[in-house]
Amino acid sequence: MNWIEIGRLDDIPRLGSRVIATELGDIAVFRNSADEVFALRDRCPHRGGPLSQGIVHGRRVTCPLHNWVIGLEDGEAVAPDVGCVKAFELRQEAGRLYLALPAVAEPSLPAAMEG
Amino acid sequence: MTREKLVLIGNGMAGVRALEELLKLAPDKYEITVFGAEPHGNYNRILLSPVLASEKTIDEIMLNDEQWYVDNGITLHKGKRVVEIDRVHRRVVATDGTVASYDRLILATGSEPFILPVPGHDLDGVVSFRDIHDVDAMLAASREYGKAVVIGGGLLGLEAANGLLKQGMAVTVVHLPDTLMERQLDRVAAGLLQRELESRGFRFLMSHQTEAILGEDRVTGVRFSNGTEIEADLVVMAVGIRPSFALAKDAGLHCERGVVVSDTLQTFDPRIYAVGECVQHRGQTYGLVAPLFEQAKVCANHLAEMGIARYEGSVTSTKLKVTGIDLFSAGDFNGDDSTEQMIFQDAARGVYKKLVIREGHIVGVVLYGDTIDGAWYFQLMRDATEIGDIREHLLFGQAHVGDSGHGDDKGRVAAMPDNTEICGCNGVCKGEIVKAIAEKKLFTLEDVRAHTKASASCGSCTGLVEDLIATTLGGDYSQTPSRKPMCPCTEHTHDEVRTAIVEQGIRTMPAVFETLAWKTPDGCHACRPALNYYLLCAWPGEYQDDNQSRYINERAHGNIQKDGTYSVVPRIWGGVTTPNELRAIADVADKCAVPTVKITGGQRIDLLGVKKEHLPRMWGDLSAAGFVSGHAYGKALRTVKTCVGSEWCRFGTQDSTGLGIQLEQMTWGSWTPHKFKMAVSGCPRNCAEATIKDLGIVCVDSGYELHIGGNGGVKVRATDFLCKVDTEAEVFEYTGAFMQLYREEARYLERTAPWVERVGLTHVKACLVEDAEQRKALHARFLESQRHAQHDPWKARAEGVDAHEFTPMHRIAG
Ligand code: SRM
Ligand SMILES: Cc1cc2nc3c(=O)[nH]c(=O)nc-3n(C[C@H](O)[C@H](O)[C@H](O)COP(=O)(O)OP(=O)(O)OC[C@H]3O[C@@H](n4cnc5c(N)ncnc54)[C@H](O)[C@@H]3O)c2cc1C
Ligand code: SF4
Ligand code: FES
Repeated sequence: MNWIEIGRLDDIPRLGSRVIATELGDIAVFRNSADEVFALRDRCPHRGGPLSQGIVHGRRVTCPLHNWVIGLEDGEAVAPDVGCVKAFELRQEAGRLYLALPAVAEPSLPAAMEG
Repeated sequence: MTREKLVLIGNGMAGVRALEELLKLAPDKYEITVFGAEPHGNYNRILLSPVLASEKTIDEIMLNDEQWYVDNGITLHKGKRVVEIDRVHRRVVATDGTVASYDRLILATGSEPFILPVPGHDLDGVVSFRDIHDVDAMLAASREYGKAVVIGGGLLGLEAANGLLKQGMAVTVVHLPDTLMERQLDRVAAGLLQRELESRGFRFLMSHQTEAILGEDRVTGVRFSNGTEIEADLVVMAVGIRPSFALAKDAGLHCERGVVVSDTLQTFDPRIYAVGECVQHRGQTYGLVAPLFEQAKVCANHLAEMGIARYEGSVTSTKLKVTGIDLFSAGDFNGDDSTEQMIFQDAARGVYKKLVIREGHIVGVVLYGDTIDGAWYFQLMRDATEIGDIREHLLFGQAHVGDSGHGDDKGRVAAMPDNTEICGCNGVCKGEIVKAIAEKKLFTLEDVRAHTKASASCGSCTGLVEDLIATTLGGDYSQTPSRKPMCPCTEHTHDEVRTAIVEQGIRTMPAVFETLAWKTPDGCHACRPALNYYLLCAWPGEYQDDNQSRYINERAHGNIQKDGTYSVVPRIWGGVTTPNELRAIADVADKCAVPTVKITGGQRIDLLGVKKEHLPRMWGDLSAAGFVSGHAYGKALRTVKTCVGSEWCRFGTQDSTGLGIQLEQMTWGSWTPHKFKMAVSGCPRNCAEATIKDLGIVCVDSGYELHIGGNGGVKVRATDFLCKVDTEAEVFEYTGAFMQLYREEARYLERTAPWVERVGLTHVKACLVEDAEQRKALHARFLESQRHAQHDPWKARAEGVDAHEFTPMHRIAG
C-alpha cells in the first residue's frame, strides 16, 4: 500500500468534493460538514456518473445523473438501489491528506479500480 | 444504556405501522413488546375482501411475518389479548397472565364489528367480517352450504357478498335504508351500483329491518319486521364497526366514541399513545387506513422524540373493491342549501359524475363508472383550489384542462396489458410495477418510486402509477398525502418552511436546520437546493449563496452530460445575433475542439461535450466577444424567443424582436423556482409560440396581450390569458411583477403551469391586474433582487472565481 499526499483538508470545500486524477481514472475525495474525509472512485455504480459532482450530505453523496445515493464510507448504494463503488482509505494528519493506493507494482490495481 | 420499554397493544395495521415508522427514525431507542389478540403476524386487513373472493391468498396479504419481529428484536405475544392496563405500576396483563411493563404504551386495538342485538345473533353460522378467522368461517360455510344472507349494504357488506357469490353461494343483501352505501353515494350513483350488482347475481332486500335470526343450533333463516322471512345457512353481519376502547376506559383513560387523543396522538395519560380506528381525534373517528397511517407517522415522530409533527385530521375518500366496478366518493357528496352541483351522466356508458361546489371550491365528489379523475378532484378538494377558471372543463377531467401530452394516456390502467410502458423515462412497464407492489408490500407512491423508479424522473406518469397502486391494492391509500413534507429530512412542507424563513427572519441554512428541527445534520440533495433558493429569494443581496447546495449544473454553470462533460450555451438576446458573434462562437468551437455544435430548441447555439477543466478558458473567450451565460443549466430565466415582428414581417404589428431583447435584458440572471421561459410574437399568428411559455406576449395592433402559465414540456399546457396592456412600459411592469409573484409563491421545482393551476388564475389576476399597488410593489422587489443577481457567472469564473471547481486537486502519475 502506498500513502500518497494529495493536499490539504482546506483544498476541498466543506460539503464538497475534489478530484484526484490518476492514470487509471479519477478518484473523488469528499469532505462533509463534520470535516470527515472520504475517497471513492469517481464512477457511480449505476451508469458511471461522476460522483465528485454530486451533493454531499451526512456521510453520503447523491449522484448528479440520476440521484442514486452512495455511502461515502463503503461506496455502497443506499437501498433500494443496489451497487457498489470502490472506496479508498484517506487519512488526515495535521491538516494534510494522504490517500492509500495499492502499490503500483501490485497487479491488483486495475481490478481494484474497476470498483 | 438501558433502553426504554415500549409496549404495543394491538398487532394490526395502525399499530405496526407506527412501529415501522419508529424503527426508521430511532431503531435502538426502545425495547419493544407487542400483544396481538389474533394468532397471526400483521396482515393487510383491507385485502381480506380479495381473499374471500379467491383473488389472493392469506400468504399474499401478510405485511410483517414473524421473522420481521425477530429481525427487529421485537417480542411478539400473538394470540394474547391484553385484559388490564395498570397505569400505577405501568404494566399490562394479558389473558394468560403474561405481564409486560412499559415506559410508553401504544394502544391500537382497532374496532369491533357491531352485532345487531336481535334474538339468534349468537347462533352457529352467524359471522362478522373483520379478521382471518371470519374469512375462514365464511369459506368453510361456502363449501358446505348454499344460501347466504349479508346484513348491511355498505362497503364491507357488498365486498363480503361479492366474495360469497364468487364462492358459489346464492347471496341476498339486506339493507335498512332504501339506497346502498348511503354514507358514500348519492341516490343516482347508488342506483347505478345496485343495477350493476343485480346483473352480477346479487339479490337485494332494501328497506328491510332484521328482527330475528332463526334456527335451533345453526342458523336457518332471517325474519324481518314486516313479517317476511328468508332462508339462510350463513348470515354475515356487516352493519358497522365500533372503536374498541373498553380496555382504555377500564384503565381510566378519557373515552367518548373512541379513545380521545391530542394532535400528538397522546391520550390523557401522556405516557400512553393511541392510533388507529380505536381513536377519536378532534371529534372524528376513522375507518380507512390512509388517516391511520398518517396518525402512525406522527405518533412515531413523538416516540422518537423528534417532537415536531402534528396530526390535524384527514379528509378521506372511498373506493369499492369489487373487481370491475369503478366508484369513487369523497367529502360532502350530497350538498346542502349553500352548495351547487355539477353533474355529468352518460347512461349508455354507465358513467355518472357529480361535483359539489361551495363558494368556488369542490367540497364533495361522487364518481361512478369512470373514476380516472378521482385523484385529481380529491387533490383540488384538499388544496381548496379555486375552480372558477377551469369550471367549464372540470367535469370532463384533467385531460381537458387546456393541455395534452405524453403520459396523459387516460386508458384504463387496469385493462392495460402487463407490457405497457408506464414510465417512459425509466422504461418501467405495468407488470414490473404491479409485481413490486405485491412482492415488496409497497403502499405509497414514494415506495414505488424508490423500488421501481417509475414516476421518479419527469413525473408525467404519476397519475397512472397512483392508479396502479389503487387497483393493485384496492384501498384508497395510494394518494399523495395533502400535507407533504419537503423531503425525509423534515416534517415541514415547502410552504411552511418558506413562511418560517420570511416570518421568523431565518437568514442562513444552518439556522433553518436548527429552528425547524431538521432530522439530518445537513439536509440532502432534495432540500438543500430548495432552501438555498428560498433564502436567496427572501433576502436578496444579503444571503450568501451556498454553492455546495446547488445542483452541479448551477455550480459549474453548464449542463452536465451523460459522459460527465458539459455544454455551453451563450446568451443570444432575443435570438438575434451578428456575423461577428457567430464568428466568435466558431472560433471558440475550433480552438477547444468542441465535438458538437447544435442549434437549440430555444433559438441559440449549444456547444456540447466540453471537459470541465476547459470551461473557464472557453468562457473567457466568449466573454471577450461580449457573450454572457445563457443559464441553459439553471432554475433561472432561460430564453426569450422572438419572431421578426414589425421590423420586417408584413403582418407584424409591433417590434416583437426589440421588445423581447429588452425583456431578456431586464430579466436575465434571475433565479426562479423552476426554469422560466418567455416569448414575444409580433401578431396572433404567434410564430414565437408565446402561448406555451411561462410568460408569452402576443402583439396586436392596439397593444400587447399577456399570457401566462404555458408549458411546452412534459405536459403541454396552453397559457391562460392574463390581460391586455397598451404600452411596452406596462409589459415590463407586469413581467417583473409576474416573475416576482412566481418567485415568492411557487414551491421549488414547480413550474408556472402547475403553480397557476394550484393557486388559480383568479388569484394571479387579483394580485397583478386588479391591484395596481401590489403589482408595482412586486415589480419593485423584482428589480431590487435583479440588482444583486445580474452578474455574469462565466466572466467571474474566467477571471478565477471558484477555480477549485474546475481543476483536479492533485494528479498522480504512473
Ligand atoms: C439544449 C436543449 C435541446 C436542444 O438541443 O434544443 C434542451 C436540453 C435539455 N433540456 Fe430542454 N432543452 C431545450 C429546450 C427545451 C424546450 C423548448 C424551448 O425552450 O422552447 C422545452 C419545452 C418548453 C418548456 O420548457 O416548456 C424543453 C423542455 C424540457 C423539460 C420539461 C420541462 C417541463 O416543465 O415540462 C426538461 C426537464 C426539466 O427541466 O425538469 C428539460 C431539460 C433539459 C435538460 C436540461 C435535461 C438535463 O437535465 O440534462 C437538457 C440539457 C441538455 C444540455 O446539456 O444542453 N427540457 N427544453 C434546448 C435548450 C434551449 C436553450 O437554448 O436553452
Ligand atoms: C374486509 C375489510 C375491508 C376493508 N377495506 C378497506 C379499504 O378498501 N380501504 C381502507 O382504507 N380500509 C379498509 N378497511 C379498514 C381497515 O382495514 C382498517 O381501517 C384498519 O385495519 C384499522 O387498523 P387498526 O390498526 O386501527 O385496527 P386493526 O387492523 O383491526 O388492528 C387491531 C388489532 O388489535 C387487536 N386487539 C384488539 N384488542 C386487543 C387487546 N386487548 N389485546 C391485544 N390485541 C388486541 C385486534 O385483534 C387486531 O388484530 C377494511 C376492513 C375490512 C375488515
Ligand atoms: S434534450 Fe430534452 S428531450 Fe432531448 S433527451 Fe435530453 S431532456 Fe430529453
Ligand atoms: S449514473 Fe449515478 S445515478 Fe445514474
